[in-house]
Amino acid sequence: MFSASHRLHNNAMSDAENIATYGKCNNPYGHGHNYTLEVTVSGPVDEKTGMVCNLTDLDGFVHNQILERFDHQNLNMLAEFSETVPTTENLCIVTYDILQRGFRHAHLLRVRLEETMMNSFEYWGKNRVIE
Amino acid sequence: MVYLTRKAEFSASHYYHNPEFTAEENQRIFGKCNNPNGHGHNYMLEVTVKGEVDPRSGFVVDLKRLKETMRREVLEALDHRFLNKEVREFFTRIPTTENLAIAIWQRLSPKLKAAQLHRVRVYETPDLFVDFYGES
Repeated sequence: MFSASHRLHNNAMSDAENIATYGKCNNPYGHGHNYTLEVTVSGPVDEKTGMVCNLTDLDGFVHNQILERFDHQNLNMLAEFSETVPTTENLCIVTYDILQRGFRHAHLLRVRLEETMMNSFEYWGKNRVIE
Repeated sequence: MVYLTRKAEFSASHYYHNPEFTAEENQRIFGKCNNPNGHGHNYMLEVTVKGEVDPRSGFVVDLKRLKETMRREVLEALDHRFLNKEVREFFTRIPTTENLAIAIWQRLSPKLKAAQLHRVRVYETPDLFVDFYGES
């Protein structure tokens, strides 16, 4: 889990359009969420260890590369969102891409982010759909 | 493609009874659920839609609109209702959670414009849920 703030605002839109599109989420002071992150990896079970991948490796990578980056940050201030609006859709894609580039111990299957108890988002990679 | 899931809760009562079965058969197949006075559940609905992220808004779908569509098309019809007697789909079909998931899909699917309906999941209790992905 990580906690972060964001404001949904697109400079290319007028103020009225931003409010119409994002509603409360356009509040200039931002607001925050406790995001619950689920990372799913897949692969054959290693005969020697009985594991798909060592959870210590996965935990370490997620901690160093994802939680350290996003926890207690304002997402709008990060380089990852200099060009895109930090919706949870885009946060899901950014998180997936970081794992895809850097995590080498198993195949990355999907990233799921819960923004609130009632909303969640999944990304399985570009051009990939759930079978 | 990003998949977005929105939850909503509703409470309803129902009972399971097939008029083509004998009283004994109904009792044997449906057990406690055959009580004609009905019983109720707090159902948790999860609606998953899919689509590409709009580069301008960063959204797959406007969550406010999805929430409103779910409220108008599903919750208004089902919440605090006796499904067998008050919801048209169940005048002739048994209101099992399987049929409930299908009915919710049929209510929502034509009303969603921006994104495509991917899955309807209905929890009857925290231990039991049904998934419906559409006919195909």
